[in-house]
Amino acid sequence: MAAPVEEALASTHVEKKKKPPKRYWQEEKNEDDANPDKDKNSEAQKEFSDKKHKERQKKRKSGDGKFISGKTDPFPGEAPVPSEQLKKFQRGKKFQKSKTDKWKAKAIITRSEAESNLVQKEAARYDLLLPEDAGFLEGDEDEDTCTVSQEDIAEAVDITSGAKYFNLHLTQFGPYRLDYSRNGRHLLLGGRRGHVSCIDWQTKNLMCEMNVMETVQDIKWLHTEAMFAVAQKKWLYIYDSKGIELHCIKKFNDVLRMQFLPYHFLLATASATGFLQYLDVSVGKEVAAIGTKSGRLDVMAQNPYNAIIHLGHPNGTVSLWSPNQREPLVKMLCHRGAVRSLAVDKTGTYMVTSGLDRRLAVYDIRAFKPLHKYFLPAGASCLSLSQRGLLSAATGDVVQVYRDVWGGGPISKPYMAHRVRGSVWGVGFCPFEDVLGIGHGEGFTSMIVPGAGEPNFDALEVNPFRSLKQRQEWEVKALLEKVQPDLIGLDPGLLVKVDKASFEQKHKERVEALGYDPLENDKFKPRFKKRGRSAAGAVEKRKKKVAHEDQRDVIRKTVEERMEKEKEKKEIAKQKAEQGRKTALDRFKK
Amino acid sequence: MKVKVLCRNPDDYVRETSKDIQRVPRNYDPTLHPFEVPREYTRALNATKLDRIFAKPFVASLDGHRDGINCIAKHTKSLATVLSGACDGQVKIWNLSKRECLRTIQAHEGFVRGMCSRFCGTSFFTVGDDKTIKQWNMEAPGYGVREEPLTTILGKAVYTGIDHHQTEGTFATCGQTVDIWDEQRSSPIRSFSWGVDSFSCVRYNPVETELLASCASDRSIILYDMRESAPLKKVVMQLRSNTLCWNPMEAYNFTCANEDYNLYTYDMRRLDTPVTVHMDHVSAVLDVDYSPTGREFVSASFDKTVRIFPKNSGHSREVYHTKRMQHVICVRWSMDNKYILSGSDEMNIRIWKANASEKLGVLTSREKATIHYNQKLKEKFQHHPQVKRIARHRHLPRDIYKQKREQREMKEARRRKEQNVRKHSKPGSVPLVTEKEKHVVTVVE
Repeated sequence: MAAPVEEALASTHVEKKKKPPKRYWQEEKNEDDANPDKDKNSEAQKEFSDKKHKERQKKRKSGDGKFISGKTDPFPGEAPVPSEQLKKFQRGKKFQKSKTDKWKAKAIITRSEAESNLVQKEAARYDLLLPEDAGFLEGDEDEDTCTVSQEDIAEAVDITSGAKYFNLHLTQFGPYRLDYSRNGRHLLLGGRRGHVSCIDWQTKNLMCEMNVMETVQDIKWLHTEAMFAVAQKKWLYIYDSKGIELHCIKKFNDVLRMQFLPYHFLLATASATGFLQYLDVSVGKEVAAIGTKSGRLDVMAQNPYNAIIHLGHPNGTVSLWSPNQREPLVKMLCHRGAVRSLAVDKTGTYMVTSGLDRRLAVYDIRAFKPLHKYFLPAGASCLSLSQRGLLSAATGDVVQVYRDVWGGGPISKPYMAHRVRGSVWGVGFCPFEDVLGIGHGEGFTSMIVPGAGEPNFDALEVNPFRSLKQRQEWEVKALLEKVQPDLIGLDPGLLVKVDKASFEQKHKERVEALGYDPLENDKFKPRFKKRGRSAAGAVEKRKKKVAHEDQRDVIRKTVEERMEKEKEKKEIAKQKAEQGRKTALDRFKK
Repeated sequence: MKVKVLCRNPDDYVRETSKDIQRVPRNYDPTLHPFEVPREYTRALNATKLDRIFAKPFVASLDGHRDGINCIAKHTKSLATVLSGACDGQVKIWNLSKRECLRTIQAHEGFVRGMCSRFCGTSFFTVGDDKTIKQWNMEAPGYGVREEPLTTILGKAVYTGIDHHQTEGTFATCGQTVDIWDEQRSSPIRSFSWGVDSFSCVRYNPVETELLASCASDRSIILYDMRESAPLKKVVMQLRSNTLCWNPMEAYNFTCANEDYNLYTYDMRRLDTPVTVHMDHVSAVLDVDYSPTGREFVSASFDKTVRIFPKNSGHSREVYHTKRMQHVICVRWSMDNKYILSGSDEMNIRIWKANASEKLGVLTSREKATIHYNQKLKEKFQHHPQVKRIARHRHLPRDIYKQKREQREMKEARRRKEQNVRKHSKPGSVPLVTEKEKHVVTVVE
């Protein structure tokens, strides 16, 4: 976050004759100079800012950056925004303007491009104002962070945060599955032997607790904390936050796993009979029921980026489903044995799977390519990904948390680890908090994982501190902009892409109806010139000048490209020649 | 060991007192806002639907005339004042905000043919079937004083239209000739005619104030420069134009309302083809007026509808009709760009909103922001079939709907025939004539 400030600072202190008054950050800069490691970095930065400064000075010369008093602005121009930050807010690719575009289209494109650039810059700049920073955990020298115990962390941090590490001893009805509400305030626990309770876990306020006297397979919050769904032995039930049964949905039987798609108001369920069903919870109708024909479905995850449901199968495949298609969108073979668990990150780029072959695999699901494969001695039974990309994997009664699973190279050791009493049945990161919830045979454990949660929430989207009125208002708004299930597809941005296919089809029909092409470029008609220049030969010559204009562009481009390639080749050859021949002794050189 | 765990102080996120407004921290990170496009699309669809739900364009009707309205004139200085002239020679001055008639003048015997107010707004001119031009004071006479015109000019022939210069004390009338008058004189300072025996409309260019255009009965539109003694040029079309209106923002563009159900926008510099042909009416177009922004114009037609066209679009964006409204003779766009006034055969002046779903009255800043946001969304997704279908849908009276269908079939048949002829004749012998070129006969300079 400090980068832009530093940059602006460096740029102003380079070429100035008179020193500006000393500011509070100047000492910090001297420290930087003292540090040889950072020196190189700052040098490069200086060079960079030097260039920028000159550019800006040039700009200033053309404009008027001077004040009436004769002083010059020490920070001329607008503050620079680092390109990485800009990249975060980049939406889609830049539009390629072609020569054949009409001037009107060109003008529209230029205008909208300028607008979106401005928006991008402003949004990137706003990052500076975000109030909170993410958590972290750093060990001392030769201390592994994974050896740090939860008790130590709870002791080291403040009381409020320390209270986030707690255990619930519920030995009677376990093992437990859990679900956090979207804003991270509420926790839903479902014991296998029928115990269901929902808790405002930060205040430890019990909202309701009951025993449904049946097996509970899975539980899920619906769009607000006022309603939740419980997959029981036979049917799917919906309860409100006081524990009153609202619906028993007999169309959804033998449900094993559930996922809620918050923007579509869809509850997706996977059943023991091999059916994937979608329930629209805003109107209470079944949207789609798909027979997957692949047996018992007990591994399920949703892609939060595009609302595609991922199912893991006993034959090691993972299939991707949308409610609009009876067949899977994609089927990929991920493991030798059965798939045990799945998780997809919030940007929709990476999928983490674990299988009975005791491997943990990370896939890029935009390219459908494996990135890393790890071998875990016991295999992971439950996976969960946090908002900031931490991966928790439960093996037996140990929960391990990994960092940078897809970022850098392969990981060697976990970031954190924690042993619970019983075997783990469900894990889940709490959104907007540094907390991992673990449901196991002996109850529930809330574990502190620094750096897991997104520090800055957007209150118009999800607000952990919202009041009742705000929730009601949000609910109305959210229902108004409920996304229709037909819009679920692999690319959620498809709607703003240019539909070339149907345009071409329409154009074809139009040409057929009209008998001519209305968009065709007029053929070049040479103007009739006086004074003997309109001889047939001269006219022919002029016609030839503009003939095949479009083809010429392509040819020109390819020729240029070829020339460049040849040039590069030559340069490489030249360099090689300069380096000289390799001698036999070269291999001893360091 | 160094550790930091997220811990938010609720005081930073919750309002201090219940009288305070809620705190709404924002984070614009795109990963926190998934499904940006589908959600925006849904919003756009909702906005379009709401737009149609709230489309209640009819504001009020001004009744009081005892014959059909023949002309309407805007006051040059006052937004709330409007003048109307009827077929029985009566002129009424209306206050729009109170929706009441301020004054009634028996101005002429027979029709009031044309009307315009002076640029200063102190007086107005009327021409009528009794071959007179009368200038009236805008102020009502005192109690017990008779309504008398300031000046009366008795002409030789019937005048059919009048328009006043933007800044000077001259005005133009049309009838058998186009005459330029000085307010101080009782005879025209200049008369133009170009082999034509009658004109239906004359209009000053609001930007290039010395230029005039008129519609003649020999199917032509003639352009004049007031400083010259002869007309500049004319374009002859296939059917007669009834009225025309200059674009107030683009000095060289004007739109004419034609008998062949179409409107044509011309560029004054290139009269050989119109810039745009505006089709949608199913009967002769009788009047046209531009919005003060110059982006749209409104047209009145014999088919009992009023339509609004964007200036560069071939089809209307809006159509207004009521069960009771008969042939619309005249139409004007108010100078605040918000209302449209239409005068029709059945003695009523109707006030319409220029933007059918616009909310009247003072808007809060949040309302304004929502309107702008929705506007942008509608614009962004306007070409999606669902959005387009809802935005385009208009209810039409049954006979207009049937006539439209009929005309579409006729047009299609003609096109098909031409295509067949072309197919079976020597290549190049039946040239392609575009819709724009079809309606112009000649241009004479």
